[in-house]
Amino acid sequence: MAEPSLITAAEVGAAPLPATATAAPRAALTPRLGRDDVLMRAAMAVIGLYLTVSLALPLYALLLKSFQRKDGSWAGLANFVQYFTTPSLSQSILNSLFIALVSTVITVALAFGLAYALTRSCMPGKGLVKTIALIPILVPSLLPGIALIYLFGNQGWLKGWLFGANLYGPLGIVIAEVFYCLPHALLILTTALSLADARLYEAAIALRASPARIFWTVILPGARYGLISAAFVVFTLVITDFGAPKVIGGQYNVLAVDIYKQVIGQQNFEMGAVVGMLLLIPAVLAFAVDRAVQRRQVALLSARAVPYAPQPKPLRDWSLCAFCALVAVFILGILGMCQFAALVKLWPYNLSLSLKNYNFDLMDGGGRASYWNSLQLGGWTAVLGTAVIFVGAYLVEKGRGFPLGRALFQFLAMLPMAVPGMVLGLAYIFFFNHPDNPLNGLYGTLAILVIVTVSHFYTVAHLTALTALKQMDPEFEAVSASLKQPVLKMFVRVTVPVCLPAILDIAIYLFVNAMTTVSAVVFLYSPDTTLASVAVLNMDDAGDIAPAAAMGMLIFYTNALVKLGHGGLAHLLERRLQAWRRR
Amino acid sequence: MMATPEARKPYLRISNLTKRYGPFTALSDIDLEIMEGEFICFLGPSGCGKTTLLRAIAGLDIQTSGRIEQGGRDISVLPPAERDFGIVFQSYALFPNLTIFANIAYGLENRRRPKAEIAARVMRLLEQVGLADQRDKYPAQLSGGQQQRIALARALATEPGLLLLDEPLSALDAKVRARLRHEIKALQRAVGITTIMVTHDQEEALTMADRIVVMNHGVVEQVGTPQAIYRNPASAFVADFIGAMNFLPAQVAGPETVRYGDTLLRCLPHELAAGAPITLAIRPEDIVVQEGAAAAGGGENLLSVQVGELEFLGPFVRATLEGPTGQLKADFSSNLLRRTRLAPGDRLAVQLLPERLRVYPRASGAMSHG
Amino acid sequence: MKSPVAWSVLAAAVLGVSALTPALAKTELTVYSSIEAEDLKKYAARFNEDHPDIAIKWVRDSTGVVTAKLLAEKANPQADVVWGLAATSLLLLKAEGLLEPYAPKGVDKLAPQYRDSVNPPQWVGMDAWAAVICINTVEADKAKLPMPTSWQDLTNPLYKGHIIMPNPASSGTGFLDVSSWLQLMGEEQGWKYMDALHENIKQYTHSGSKPCKQAAAGEATLGISFEFRAAKSKAEGAPLEIVVPQEGVGWDMEAAAIVKGTKKLEAAKTLMDWIVSEKANRMYNEGYAVVAMPGIAKPVPFIPENLEKLMIENDFDWAAKNRERILAEWTRRYDNKSEPK
Repeated sequence: MAEPSLITAAEVGAAPLPATATAAPRAALTPRLGRDDVLMRAAMAVIGLYLTVSLALPLYALLLKSFQRKDGSWAGLANFVQYFTTPSLSQSILNSLFIALVSTVITVALAFGLAYALTRSCMPGKGLVKTIALIPILVPSLLPGIALIYLFGNQGWLKGWLFGANLYGPLGIVIAEVFYCLPHALLILTTALSLADARLYEAAIALRASPARIFWTVILPGARYGLISAAFVVFTLVITDFGAPKVIGGQYNVLAVDIYKQVIGQQNFEMGAVVGMLLLIPAVLAFAVDRAVQRRQVALLSARAVPYAPQPKPLRDWSLCAFCALVAVFILGILGMCQFAALVKLWPYNLSLSLKNYNFDLMDGGGRASYWNSLQLGGWTAVLGTAVIFVGAYLVEKGRGFPLGRALFQFLAMLPMAVPGMVLGLAYIFFFNHPDNPLNGLYGTLAILVIVTVSHFYTVAHLTALTALKQMDPEFEAVSASLKQPVLKMFVRVTVPVCLPAILDIAIYLFVNAMTTVSAVVFLYSPDTTLASVAVLNMDDAGDIAPAAAMGMLIFYTNALVKLGHGGLAHLLERRLQAWRRR
Repeated sequence: MMATPEARKPYLRISNLTKRYGPFTALSDIDLEIMEGEFICFLGPSGCGKTTLLRAIAGLDIQTSGRIEQGGRDISVLPPAERDFGIVFQSYALFPNLTIFANIAYGLENRRRPKAEIAARVMRLLEQVGLADQRDKYPAQLSGGQQQRIALARALATEPGLLLLDEPLSALDAKVRARLRHEIKALQRAVGITTIMVTHDQEEALTMADRIVVMNHGVVEQVGTPQAIYRNPASAFVADFIGAMNFLPAQVAGPETVRYGDTLLRCLPHELAAGAPITLAIRPEDIVVQEGAAAAGGGENLLSVQVGELEFLGPFVRATLEGPTGQLKADFSSNLLRRTRLAPGDRLAVQLLPERLRVYPRASGAMSHG
Repeated sequence: MKSPVAWSVLAAAVLGVSALTPALAKTELTVYSSIEAEDLKKYAARFNEDHPDIAIKWVRDSTGVVTAKLLAEKANPQADVVWGLAATSLLLLKAEGLLEPYAPKGVDKLAPQYRDSVNPPQWVGMDAWAAVICINTVEADKAKLPMPTSWQDLTNPLYKGHIIMPNPASSGTGFLDVSSWLQLMGEEQGWKYMDALHENIKQYTHSGSKPCKQAAAGEATLGISFEFRAAKSKAEGAPLEIVVPQEGVGWDMEAAAIVKGTKKLEAAKTLMDWIVSEKANRMYNEGYAVVAMPGIAKPVPFIPENLEKLMIENDFDWAAKNRERILAEWTRRYDNKSEPK
């Protein structure tokens, strides 16, 4: 307001005073916290503390352990030197990378084919194909390995298909990993391909580009972020998975199994910690790349254009249908084989059916109790985990002020994505089993299994919750505060009901994973808290492969049932409680 | 509404208010007084800080420094829940899973009020906004305009001392918007609540506000009634932002005269030194065609121009005039056009009304503002 | 928190936490063991027939793991009793001072070599198990493999890729194989023999029973395992032949001991008394042909009659003393063919 005003003071009304006349204090203000602010920050501190204790501190303990000797004295890099100078150990790095690369290429290629068929063709039975392709999410990663033994092992029905190649080793591991990772890649690629811009196709067709050219110049580039993302997710899954190599790896050592071997087999915790640190590297790398790519993908998504609607083309549709049928047969074949093997009296010499393999109490692994324990673990993880994760996401997304605290919280919530389950489980041993830790009473209880499972699967659930919360009007909290209503009322009456579908998704996700996970819990279960998924592992270890298959299938049926129940419940909710969604 | 501000005490007093986001200053040293019962519009282009100021008043984004008093109470650092306001957002922010009735009743709960009383209050508000028959519907089942009215009713339900409206009409189509302007204004008058509305739409501000606060780049450019702002824009920015305006380069000749090309023009009094470069500003409707004798006689502030394009805008025509040193836009009534049979290419004399000819120092530029 | 929903969430959380903490039973003994999983319930049930007031909480794993676990927990022992662990391992624990000396009632009824030589003994024997070779006859016929009769036969290149044996680092059976070969043939010849055998090995397994189970399922043709497992698998109908190599076979004793520092010493003593009882020995005999109490053992179906005669003079002290050295050497030489774990 430097220039002279031509307007009389009366007209201007409360015109600003010249800057020199101001004398009011200019000190920076500290906003006073309202009751809700205090409540929300306290809640965030509690969950933040939980994440610190269940994640940050154990990982720190692991880091420390890798630099220590058995007696706890400082060893510097001695453990790492020993690791790299022991060829049988360091060979695992190359093995792991090789397996992960090969599995990634095959999985992503197959998943791309499936996703392409699901989004860009008019083939029949899309729903069925998608359902079947997502089945592997519901089974422990040990199961495909077991099925492969029955299919392609020395006594396998289809042994001839391998032309004498040895199933036990890279071959078996890769096949099992492809089965295990396929749904994860498929979900990402289906999303990426369904974001296609139809106008690009129309332009390409108008320019009379050949179908091959369209594929290379339009389709692939359009899905490139999805492809990169899928590749890194699969790579991380494979390099950190130990189920498949454990069952079918034979003499082929990989990193994830080395941790297990060092810790469980030889009680060499320090070397386990070293391998854990090494395993952290590719996982963190993959995580970082994936996050960077995801950010770009968002930009692509917001510029969404005309959705692509495929036109029927019999040749393409039927050949894609045949391809999907092959993949479906592969997946169903694995499951069917497991179920059959579980019912056979004595493979392969007495194929009469019996239920003797279900007599889990006569085997290693904790018997029937382990199944009930797993159900309990799944239940508690779903209930408590969903509550903690959803409230945490709410605080990050809707909290007012306190940006540093929220950023830190968000970092902790994203961390588990980059931490392999085995590493987390091992870190828990060091942290919770330390005699000076006041929390060491948790060691060996079901509670610690719930905690580690919630932490292990925190990120995906957190992101699901965030996505749902971001769709809520950002001004709800402001409106509620202006009406002088407590934030808790807002949370209970509006936020939770509106986000109920997402909350259910999170609960199911946690339950299913708690039922199938082996990696983190394998270090933490006690005789009272044996788990079904670990029982599969232990029975296989003792050579009781058929009972292991039986237990694995039991886990599958449980998850399938829960998933079906979820579908029904979601449908019911849609009709009864979510009436407001309809116009 | 030309109330005399001195007659009433300020209800909201903002002093030295500054808001910084890191190195960026969103609001710089804002001082403002708002009277009880006034309808104030914060007007300005996007990014000018108007919403930031509103959110500071609400306590949603507390200022970096400075003071806000409401009804004599210092609320500078209070959280929103401890202030006294109702708020309506552009998105309406209606709770999607609650019925219309429950949305309005939301703020009335937990206040030890009997249920019947709450119901009566909600129904009265619903009647006031004319939606009593929609009480059991969900927000998604209403039109945008209806939703906005519900949001208004919800904000008024608790009888707050201050009503804050954050671009409440910008998500609506033109017709609904025009109707809601009237409804909101009428409701505000009936309730008598002090109201602040943020808008980037000058028409909205001119039709609804008692006083307009024009903002740009985080500072208040001018505060005044719609008429004052329109007639006497305090800066070239305000002049340009509100209504249409011709800007002409000129030089100061005397205390009430300027030189435009070869022409000496009389203008409103100013205090600039002779010879200083200036920008002349005149609204298109203040350029008057000289007919007959007036055109021939050497009247004051006359320019000889050639008619260029004629743009038909209903009651009037916006003419592009080629002047001695540039183009001018002038609004001529359709009647005048019929009478004079004006056509492109015609030469004519126009007068720049001296009492409407404003002078701004050139350094500040016509479009950019310091 | 005025909302009833909030209260119920809180209540559920509190209930949840309390439900997660395991309830305490009467007297509960934590018993570490590596006896076969299918026997765990039976052993505990038989014991509870006489002592219903003492509950047994089993922690079962392979010999190597249980041994390593006990050593690792040296500072803060978690186990009260060890019931069913290789005597070589117990000797190791004795040397580390981890065992509580106690002479169970009736311990003198056991054969002298089946108990610790000091008095009061720190451990007592239960039964013996010995190495045997399980051969899948169907698979052997298919691959046209001859029936082996000796350890030496196994180095025949014909068997290349057909043999599975346990990893001595984690499996007690694996260790007794290795230690018996070293005792039978002498260190130098012993390692040479294993070098040759290694060429034919398809896989070293984590568990001592797995080789025989794998042979029973036809996944391998020959599995070096122990007689109890072999007999069980054969009884289940697997096409197995059980061979006791003519040079003599390594064997070990399953034994029991009280862990020093247990807070439940009385209950532990009660269990030890039962472990040496005649009833217990008859129970061991249901699976094992050779038991600690003389005159009890009856032949066990499918276990070759000549087994006891072919059991070598096993120097447990030597084996225990040299265990770490032998395992380090073995790991250095052969570990890359070891099964994960």
